Amino acid sequence: MSEHITPVRTYLVIFMALMVLTAITVAVAFMHLGPLNDIVAMGIAVTKACLVILFFMHVRQSSRLTKVVVLAGFLWLLFLIGFTMSDYLTRGMIMLQGPVG
Amino acid sequence: MQGESSHAWGLQHHFDSFDQQREASFLGMWVFLVTEIMFFGGVFTAYIVYRSSQGAAFALGSHELDIGLGAINTAVLIGSSLTMALAVWAAQTGRRKAIVVFLLATIALGGVFLGIKVVEYSAKFEHHLVPGPNFHWDGPEAPGVEMFFNLYFLMTGLHALHMVIGMGILLVVAVLAWRGAFSPENHNLVEGIGLYWHFVDIVWIFLFPLLYLLGRNIQV
Repeated sequence: MSEHITPVRTYLVIFMALMVLTAITVAVAFMHLGPLNDIVAMGIAVTKACLVILFFMHVRQSSRLTKVVVLAGFLWLLFLIGFTMSDYLTRGMIMLQGPVG
Repeated sequence: MQGESSHAWGLQHHFDSFDQQREASFLGMWVFLVTEIMFFGGVFTAYIVYRSSQGAAFALGSHELDIGLGAINTAVLIGSSLTMALAVWAAQTGRRKAIVVFLLATIALGGVFLGIKVVEYSAKFEHHLVPGPNFHWDGPEAPGVEMFFNLYFLMTGLHALHMVIGMGILLVVAVLAWRGAFSPENHNLVEGIGLYWHFVDIVWIFLFPLLYLLGRNIQV
């Protein structure tokens, strides 16, 4: 029996942290921080997701193989978004000369 | 010799031990969830592409969403993740009735979430904010706002579909738990549906700020 059993207290602490982070992200949404608004909102969302993955989903105690699979999944998500946006965000930079066929 | 007759009850013959069986189940579930990450990833990418060019319209659209109901639903879903985690804990520690209670609590909180979603959806129908022939927008940026609501219904609809499927599986697992199908050594179904449920929670953790919060600070 080598399965690690997370104590109930840990789950309650993570739950409270998730609730506090939700309250913070709602409060920050009404502040005028310019581009920082998006960064803070996404930063808090990523933090909450990491808490859920590491503690609720037990990835913290999982094998290295599982950790590699989880990381690879999110890495490929970044590729999907990154390469797509490297196209869309740079289209205006290219000044085409002459008639466009 | 590790013959089938010497195997413990609940241990599949192709596994040497419960630890190996659990590891395979956990890893297999995560491989499925990675395909789900890519599935939702496509929709999230569509959102990012349109928001990068229709930022003003998306800000207008986010002002039409009920931030209070969205925040309550976020809390409800995080609460359901807590009861789900406690159901797995109950399975690990061999508390049969507690597994059932926590699974039913998870289903109930999922029901509360979907109920609030119905209230939100019906308000969108009443205000003619559902894309299609009945969509009506008096303000500026009408095509962009309609695209925002296209993505709103696509993303929240796919998320709600995942919740309905999850609640159905949770109910089956709850019945199995009541019949005593799980033990501290063998409860991979509880852990597996738990991983799925937490994943659905994570999708909402991103949907809430993307749809409800971003653009709120902009005066419209």
